[in-house]
Amino acid sequence: MAENVLRMEDVTMQFGGVVAVDGLSLEVDQGEIVALIGPNGAGKTTAFNCVTGVYEPTNGRVSLLGETIVENHPQGKMKAQYKGGEAGKFTQVVSHTPDQITQKGIARTFQNIRLFGALTVFDNVLIAKHMRAKQNFLSATFRLNAKEEKRMREEAMALLAEQDLAQYADEVASSLPYGLQRRLEIARALATEPKLLLLDEPAAGMNPQETQELTDFIKQIRTEYGLTIFMIEHHMDLVMQISDRIYVLDFGKLIAKGTPAEVQNDQRVIEAYLGVADDAEN
Amino acid sequence: MLKEKKSKTGVFIALVCVAVLLAVAIILENTLDPTKNTIFFTVLKKTAVYALVACSMNLLNGFTGLFSLGQAGFMLLGAYTYAILTIPVAQRPAVYYIYNGSAINFSLPELFGGGAVGLILGVLAALILAGVVAAAVAWLIGLPVLRLKSDYLAIATLGFAEIIRAIFQWDALGPVTNGANALKNYPTFSSFNIKGADGAVTVRLSIFVAFLLSAVCIAIILLLINSSYGRAFKAIREDEVAAEAMGINLAKHKRLSFCISSFFAGVGGGLFAMFANQAQAKTFTTAMTYEILLIVVIGGIGSISGSCIAAFLYVACSEWWLRFLDNEITLKSGFKVPLLRNGFRMVVFSIVIMIVVLFFRRGIMGDKELPDLFRKRKNTKAKGGEGNG
Amino acid sequence: MQYAISIVLSGISLGGQYALIAIGYTLVYGILRLINFAHGDVFMVAGLIMVYLTSFLAGTLPTGAAIFLSLLLMLILTVALGFFIERAAYKPLRSAPRMSVMISAIGVSYLLQNLATYVTGGLPKTYPSLPLLSETITIGGAPTKWVTVITPFLVIALVLALQQLINHTKVGMAMRAVAKDFETSQLMGIKINNVISMTFVIGSALAAVGSMLYFTNYPSIVPLSGALPGLRAFVAAVFGGIGSIPGAVVGAFIVGMSETIIKGSPWSIFSDAFTFALLIIILVVKPTGLFGEKVTDKV
Repeated sequence: MAENVLRMEDVTMQFGGVVAVDGLSLEVDQGEIVALIGPNGAGKTTAFNCVTGVYEPTNGRVSLLGETIVENHPQGKMKAQYKGGEAGKFTQVVSHTPDQITQKGIARTFQNIRLFGALTVFDNVLIAKHMRAKQNFLSATFRLNAKEEKRMREEAMALLAEQDLAQYADEVASSLPYGLQRRLEIARALATEPKLLLLDEPAAGMNPQETQELTDFIKQIRTEYGLTIFMIEHHMDLVMQISDRIYVLDFGKLIAKGTPAEVQNDQRVIEAYLGVADDAEN
Repeated sequence: MLKEKKSKTGVFIALVCVAVLLAVAIILENTLDPTKNTIFFTVLKKTAVYALVACSMNLLNGFTGLFSLGQAGFMLLGAYTYAILTIPVAQRPAVYYIYNGSAINFSLPELFGGGAVGLILGVLAALILAGVVAAAVAWLIGLPVLRLKSDYLAIATLGFAEIIRAIFQWDALGPVTNGANALKNYPTFSSFNIKGADGAVTVRLSIFVAFLLSAVCIAIILLLINSSYGRAFKAIREDEVAAEAMGINLAKHKRLSFCISSFFAGVGGGLFAMFANQAQAKTFTTAMTYEILLIVVIGGIGSISGSCIAAFLYVACSEWWLRFLDNEITLKSGFKVPLLRNGFRMVVFSIVIMIVVLFFRRGIMGDKELPDLFRKRKNTKAKGGEGNG
Repeated sequence: MQYAISIVLSGISLGGQYALIAIGYTLVYGILRLINFAHGDVFMVAGLIMVYLTSFLAGTLPTGAAIFLSLLLMLILTVALGFFIERAAYKPLRSAPRMSVMISAIGVSYLLQNLATYVTGGLPKTYPSLPLLSETITIGGAPTKWVTVITPFLVIALVLALQQLINHTKVGMAMRAVAKDFETSQLMGIKINNVISMTFVIGSALAAVGSMLYFTNYPSIVPLSGALPGLRAFVAAVFGGIGSIPGAVVGAFIVGMSETIIKGSPWSIFSDAFTFALLIIILVVKPTGLFGEKVTDKV
């Protein structure tokens, strides 16, 4: 059996007494587009942050292509406070900083766009190439890395061309229209040469037309780069159109999973989004 | 690519500016009467030193977004390292007379065989070591301090500079640092003047040497800023979270920027010692850091050429152009100009600085460099050579 | 024993004086997230104002009345100065990056120091001796000034009053709201500019009282007199947890105490070094200080 690209096992994130993500297990396979949906505050972004090393989960394991990249179990003060399940299952502690996770091949975008605003579009993409370049600060300063630098520039320019952003290369990133900023953020993530791309609400704040363009764009980059995509999204049109599978999170817990059609007809999902009948009466 | 071509013209313009500037320095120094133009020469030398230190601070504050106020501390380290390594052995008993001679009994210029070659190699080696010592200390301090948020970093580095100053004045270290007393008699910029057989100066090179050393260091800083690492620094400045998500190791890059900035502050400290003819811990106060910070602000945070221009303006104003404000002036009619007396210059000066900070927040250059200006207005003739002093 | 008592006494009183300055830092930082580098210099200027006022009024009024009137005027002028600095140097930069505001604060500090040099001619000025405060008493065999004894009580009284103000008045509630969330409180109709001015007024008033106590103990004032006490008080504020008033007070007593102890030892040259080492240690071990709240950035 092929390895899952991303595999989360019983990931629990507890802040003080609040369990934001509770025993989340999921898999994303090669070439899939998988969506994580759920009402506001369900813990979706927290789950992302556990994968990308921004947070260290309280319990659970995350692996990329079979390699454990994050693993933790309740320790110290948390041992007594811990409210999640599977407390004894994990024994190792593996943790990486976000940059190390990126180096391992997971790139991400952010819910509220985080571009390098004052820099040019070209530089934004070029910076993402820094990590994989063979150089040190001395060789870079004294231009002994000229070949490497040239390769980085060419790759960055090629990427911009592929994403139809080449004509904006010299513009300052923050001056781009919103839709293009989103696209640039994705292009920048692609420049880190990821195996898995995490998109955090890529369509947030977009109008229907922009959303449609984005949908096509995501499909296109999946086929062009052979990527696996895991995304959080609220726009149901987009999610239902492009996802191969969907996971639904509510109050930190996984309440449903399956194909778009299955999830759409799941009673618990409908309740989570619309409220339970007797709730409405009260 | 398009981009590279652009940066190449920039490099070319910068090189031309530097070459012109260095030539002008030699010509001025050897044609103007040194006794009448002492202030002008002092200003030029101090500009060279301050420009370098301002650029080093800009690298950290302007390009990496780390607000550090430890510059004077690193300059002190550099100045002392330079002085301790270059005081001629024969002079040591006189300099360290309180401590009955120095604990370190060698001098780099003499180790390199003395004479002109020994002087050049010795001074260069001492300056590089001055930078290395500052960078090494920066590395040690960076371990705990760089994890702090920006304003805490400012206070912690300011505190560190105070600690360094106290340590260097400590009596127990006297045989090395000469305690609270000044270190002197080491090679200065004037040591590079070429003397004839009779001992009279034939060719003056002191300003040229100051400019050359400073220009080389600033050029290296510029190269770094425009390299892949420089881009990573800017990414950290723009958005730490996003930079980290792009695979940039924050701790490593911040430490790198901090150490390189300190390296050049250390070299700048060595140059300052050469400029001032003596090195004493009490000169390297917080006020000195503030001065350099204000130069960076006036020049534009994030502009190397701005820092250089501002260094010249700042030094010239404080040492020369505004001097008259400190003296009481009585006009021929018997009218005594009010307010003018000792200290007024600095008041006017600080008001000007406040005006820049409040109303011209981008400073002279903003985050642009000189070549950027040429690119936009190609017909305007090149003016102002201070660009890379 | 006698020596120990005198060290403890002066440590406590120095701590109390730092506490009054530290509160000014902590309040401003709590609301504006700004290290008000000029605060120490406001403290120094308060001292100078007192010097000039007493010498000006001494000729026209009987000594007691002159001192009393000068104290009152000094308090008012210092408060006015703090208010004016905020309006002139910080308010225009409300939407600017935090680094700009910090630089502006450094600029103000530079300006105040240079102004002081200009006015005093660079010569040290002697603080007037105040009735009662400057008189000597003997405690446990150790002679000391009354100010040493009074300081801790005065500090505690002022802090309690301030706590009352912050916890039980409308303006105090507004201050707490602004400290928690600048933008939201603006949306809730709080006039943040008034709240910020209020913060500076309180901070400057406490600095004025602090300067009265401090300079009675160390009566020589030079333009740089405010810089180091200011920095030490800031360290105290960070140590106690920036934004927390009790924290600032506790931190100030610790800083004052350790400074006095080290100043009395052969290692006196390292007293400031120790203070800053304390700062770096606390920031590394517990960046929020003793009583600070944890703030996290949202990704």
